[in-house]
Amino acid sequence: MKVGVVVFPGSNCDHDALEWSSRLLGLPTEEIWYQDRDLRGVDLVILPGGFSYGDYLRCGAMAARAPIMDEVVAHARRGGLVIGICNGFQVLCEVGLLPGALLRNRSLTFLCQDVYLRVETTSSPWTSAMRVGEVLRVPIAHGDGNYYCDPETLGRLLGEDRVAFRYVSPGGTLDPEWNVNGSLEAIAGIFSEKKNVLGMMPHPERASEDMVGSTDGLGIFKSVMGALCG
Amino acid sequence: MKARVHVFLKEGVLDPQGKAVASALKTLGFEEVDSVRQGKFFDIETGPLPAREAEERVKEYCKKLLANPIIENFRVEIMEP
Repeated sequence: MKVGVVVFPGSNCDHDALEWSSRLLGLPTEEIWYQDRDLRGVDLVILPGGFSYGDYLRCGAMAARAPIMDEVVAHARRGGLVIGICNGFQVLCEVGLLPGALLRNRSLTFLCQDVYLRVETTSSPWTSAMRVGEVLRVPIAHGDGNYYCDPETLGRLLGEDRVAFRYVSPGGTLDPEWNVNGSLEAIAGIFSEKKNVLGMMPHPERASEDMVGSTDGLGIFKSVMGALCG
Repeated sequence: MKARVHVFLKEGVLDPQGKAVASALKTLGFEEVDSVRQGKFFDIETGPLPAREAEERVKEYCKKLLANPIIENFRVEIMEP
C-alpha cells in the first residue's frame, strides 16, 4: 500500500502525516506537491492539517481549487481512499467530496487540547479494526471545526451510518460540555457515501506514539491496512 | 466592469462572530441592538464585458469560489459597466 501526503502552501502537519504513515506504520509514503497533476499511483491520499493559503477566503477554499485536487477527486470517485485531517477535512468539504461545512468554533477561540472521540461505526475501511463505542483520546488544534450541514444532509448522514466519530466525555457519553467546538450532533468526523473518504477535525497522527501520550490514533491506519492488505 | 459582491451567511447558520459583535455593541451602551450578522464584500474590476453578460459572469465567480453555497448566500451589484 502506497501513501501520498499532499502538501499545500501553509500545510503544517504534512510531516506529522509522513511520520505517521512511513515511520510508525512502515508504509512507502511520498509527498505530493499541490501544483502537480499526478498522484503517482498512491493507494491512499492524506490531506494534512494546517492553514493552507493562510485560511484566506474560507478555510480550505483555495486549496480545494489547487491543481492536484482534480486528481484527488478523480481518485475518490474511483473508490480510492482519502483522509482529510483538520484543514484536510475543510478542504474535502470545500471540494464537495464530503457534505457540510466547518464553521468558526462556537467559543470563537482557537482550541488546542485533547478531546475524546467515540467510534460510531465499524462498517468502514477506516474503523473496521475498532469497536463501536470505543473512546479515543486525540488532540484538536483548530479555530474552525464547528461542523454544520442542513437538516436533510444530516438525515442522510445518520441514515447511511456515515458519522465516523463524535465528541464525547471521557466516559463515552454525549455531553455539550465535551462537544468543545459546538459541532452539530457533536460530529467530529464523517464518511463519503461509499465510505472511502474520511474527514475529521481531530489529529490521529498526533496520537500514535507512547512518547506523545496516546496511541489511540493508530487504529485508523490499522483498520485501513487490514481493509487493503487483508 | 466594476462589481461589488456581498457574501453573507444563510439564515439559520450560526454566526458566532456576529453574536460577539452584537454583544459588544450592547456593552457599549447601544442597547437597542437585537442582532448582528457579519458578512464580507469583494470589489472586482475586470476588462470590458458586455452589460447583459456581466452579472451572470460575476455570479459564476460566486458559485465557483467566492461563496460556499452550503452556508452562504451572495448578492451581485454591477457598479460600472
